[in-house]
Amino acid sequence: MSGSKEEAAKAYWKDNLRLMLWLLVVWFVVSFGCGVLFVHELNAIQFFGFPLGFWFAQQGSIYVFVAMIFFYVWKMNQYDRKHDVHEE
Amino acid sequence: MDTQTLIYLFVGATFALYIGIAIWTRAGSTSEYYVASKGVHPVLNGMATGADWMSAASFISMAGIISFTGFDGSVYLMGWTGGYVLLAMCLAPYLRKFGKFTVPEFIGERYYSQTARVVAVICVIFISFTYVAGQMRGVGIVFSRYLEVDINTGVIIGMCIVFFYSVLGGMKGITYTQVAQYCVMIFAYMVPAIYISMLITGNPIPQLGFGSEVIGTGQSVLERLNGLGTELGFGVYTDGSKSTIDVFFITMALMVGTAGLPHVIVRFFTTPTVRAARLSAGYALLFIAILYTTAPAVAAFARTNLLTSIPGVEYVNAPQWVKNWEKSGLIAWLDKNGDGKIQYGPGAPFAGAPTFSAEAGAHGERQVTNAPTDAATELYVDRDIMVLANPEIADLPGWVIALIAAGGLAAALSTAAGLLLVISTSISHDLLKSNMMPNISEKQELLAARVAAGVAVVVAGLFGIYPPAFVAQVVAFAFGLAAASFFPAIVMGIFSKKMNKEGAIAGMVVGLTFTFSYIVYYKFINPTAGAADWWFGISPEGIGTLGMIFNFVVAVAVASVTSAPPERIQHLIEDIRVPRGAGAAIDH
Repeated sequence: MSGSKEEAAKAYWKDNLRLMLWLLVVWFVVSFGCGVLFVHELNAIQFFGFPLGFWFAQQGSIYVFVAMIFFYVWKMNQYDRKHDVHEE
Repeated sequence: MDTQTLIYLFVGATFALYIGIAIWTRAGSTSEYYVASKGVHPVLNGMATGADWMSAASFISMAGIISFTGFDGSVYLMGWTGGYVLLAMCLAPYLRKFGKFTVPEFIGERYYSQTARVVAVICVIFISFTYVAGQMRGVGIVFSRYLEVDINTGVIIGMCIVFFYSVLGGMKGITYTQVAQYCVMIFAYMVPAIYISMLITGNPIPQLGFGSEVIGTGQSVLERLNGLGTELGFGVYTDGSKSTIDVFFITMALMVGTAGLPHVIVRFFTTPTVRAARLSAGYALLFIAILYTTAPAVAAFARTNLLTSIPGVEYVNAPQWVKNWEKSGLIAWLDKNGDGKIQYGPGAPFAGAPTFSAEAGAHGERQVTNAPTDAATELYVDRDIMVLANPEIADLPGWVIALIAAGGLAAALSTAAGLLLVISTSISHDLLKSNMMPNISEKQELLAARVAAGVAVVVAGLFGIYPPAFVAQVVAFAFGLAAASFFPAIVMGIFSKKMNKEGAIAGMVVGLTFTFSYIVYYKFINPTAGAADWWFGISPEGIGTLGMIFNFVVAVAVASVTSAPPERIQHLIEDIRVPRGAGAAIDH
């Protein structure tokens, strides 16, 4: 591996890790945060006929998970090109 | 046409379709057999993953469990979907770049150790067999209920079908059959759900109907459920009865376990590129989410139906579906106070599953012979009924009932086939080719894979016919063990360059042993121990999370005092971290 290629791979990995950690924070907050740890507090709020905490546990977290993966795919495709490590 | 003819027609047509696909896609090489030549389009792979993942339990049992436990059922919804986020970001792209056939292969090469590989193979086989036993039983139950053959004949028919397309087609055959099975399954699930949502709330989208008003009451579905539940003594539907720490640990164990299940991971080895592997994780979760966001709505509608139409009704005036399902023993009524009305409340009406005497009771019901409990409730309702009987409860036409039968079979068969493939691959590729008989030719390896698949089908069928009493109990094993073994080993293998074989093996062994012992102790040796005896209040279902933490801690500790992995492993890790250079796909 030449020097610049190695640099690119390192920078790519850094971007990747940062994106992943942020998304894991979101993942944790919508499921374990809203759906488990703070579910009782959120249940005091009504949301389209649902107690909000219950909605996160049985509906909302799943929608966010789906959206997150597609966001990750889109962002990673950008990083692949930015650091020139994409597949042909 | 009557319902029975329709059922034969639907089930027959879907079986013919699966067999047709198997013949069209039969595998000729090990690459085709193990990973469908890595040429599967992300959308199709997403559907196949969805069918692979959603088993008889997701299709038949999950809505029923949520229906009876309310908020507590959320652990399955979050747990079995959230794992895909971990898969998409932490595992799938890197394992695809690694570019081999199996999970034990990754563990073995990354940790430069045959021991690690053998430990992984044993885990794969154990986890997959645990899982497949339940699927074959599911096939048997659907057959016996809808096709009026006995359970054993049902299992044997199911075995023949799975045998045919998994042995012939391998991963390639399974992938395309699973795409068809996904379509059958999701259509079968959505049609009754939409009907029922319209019937109860007037909203055709179940996910929205779930939050709407029940027609003619001015109350939302959940308000009504909470009200009815409290009135009858069941407690509030939207509040759980499990402790927060237990819900947390179970959800985490299911999520991490999902991401560590070998039959799910291997699906991401079949895509043509790293990019496609990421994308197919997105599609997989999207396709799974359609069913998983509908299930809690179906659960709430079914519960509302049950609580409004049954309690206090005289048995002779009870709806027809009560009597239909009483015939198959999924509903039973024991008139404890002799007033001829059905009392329904919390607790069990009698101990265990119902057994019936030959004579009818005073009101024409099947006379239950079980010893009654002290609870006032008189009605036994099997949880599975919530999905199976839904079309009848909502008075839907015969073809919808036929659809449910075909859908339930699609769910069970697709999962069973995926698991059997993983078992046969582990044996032919990881044990024979890489360990015991490295000199066998590709043709011989392929033959070995087919023989192994055949033997695995027969073993799975035997589990279906003679179900070990503990089948229901051991599901906790599959997730707990996957969470405590594979997930940490794979994640550290990708994200840490310092993790070495000593650390990984020590971590896996500690995680596995701890989780295994805890489950065996609280499920089998001391099953009467309750929440008060559990460590920190964590049930055996959630203990895999603690096992996973132990695995991470032990692995890091051991790796820090032993020598770093060799140079070539460092290069391997650098290589799997970037997408460029993933092997070119072969079209089919």
